[in-house]
Amino acid sequence: MELTISIILGFMIIGAIYAIHAKDLLSAVIAMGIVGYGLVICFLLLKAPDLAIVQIVIETITLVIMVAVVLDSTRKELELPFDRKSLVNMVTGFVIFAGLFYFFLHAIEHLDPLGMHSLRMAEPYVNGAVELTGSINLVTGVLFDFRAYDTLGEAVILYTAALGALTLLRMKGKKTV
Amino acid sequence: MEGMSTIVKKVSQLVAGIIFMYGIYIILHGHLTPGGGFAGGAIIAGAFILLILAFGSSALNLKKEVAGSSNTESVAILMVVILAIMSLLMGIKVFFTNFLPKGEPGTLLSAGVIPLYNIFIGIEVAGAILTIFLALVIFKEESSK
Repeated sequence: MELTISIILGFMIIGAIYAIHAKDLLSAVIAMGIVGYGLVICFLLLKAPDLAIVQIVIETITLVIMVAVVLDSTRKELELPFDRKSLVNMVTGFVIFAGLFYFFLHAIEHLDPLGMHSLRMAEPYVNGAVELTGSINLVTGVLFDFRAYDTLGEAVILYTAALGALTLLRMKGKKTV
Repeated sequence: MEGMSTIVKKVSQLVAGIIFMYGIYIILHGHLTPGGGFAGGAIIAGAFILLILAFGSSALNLKKEVAGSSNTESVAILMVVILAIMSLLMGIKVFFTNFLPKGEPGTLLSAGVIPLYNIFIGIEVAGAILTIFLALVIFKEESSK
């Protein structure tokens, strides 16, 4: 399973790199779709269907909105000249990447293999969730009983995002009337 | 934004109802099968977005629609908070307590208040995503005038 996930991750990295460098913005949006749907397959392989359902629906809606936006505005990528400033940016990015990768290599020596984490905190949740919450689906039991404050926060964030989009977009529209 | 051809309109009419029912199923069975309020709400919003894309924004009164969807999500998030406060008044006085009887695990009417939270979170997510989409559509309509 690690090999399959590695192949899918490779495809996702190629898609992300192509999305950055594509001259046509529509093909960049489609390449971003590779990343999203590859993540869906990874979630399914890692046995997380709850996340996979949410990810596939949100990815589709986002792709529809992004394609509509690209078709409505422009399909051309901005042409930026290559000068000393971009060279400094590239070198800085590469140095930070190398530093983080070095510490990452040291950090994973102390981790358990993939999917074999020690469940110190989660052990009581996994074993006692059905008796404590009455919900067979462990994810829903954790979301709405053990971690209900997190769920309230997520819902409030979504509510605020909708109000913000409504306020900002309608103000621009009202000004022209 | 104008609508699409007759074939697209008819097929989306046929499919949107099934997608809507699937979203309701995901929400109601959130405590039994994978899914829940967030996934089901996103699916329900997808059914509405499919219909709006197929029929075009000229087929509906956008101001009325966006007022309805934002009112719906506001009432739904208020209901979640009211349910959480109700558990302060009943049973052990702790915020977000599961104060209803748990029932037999595995049946549809079980797990106390968790299905109610699922339903209202689902309505809230569907209303929020639909409101954001409608705000974008209204912005395009008003800026192209």
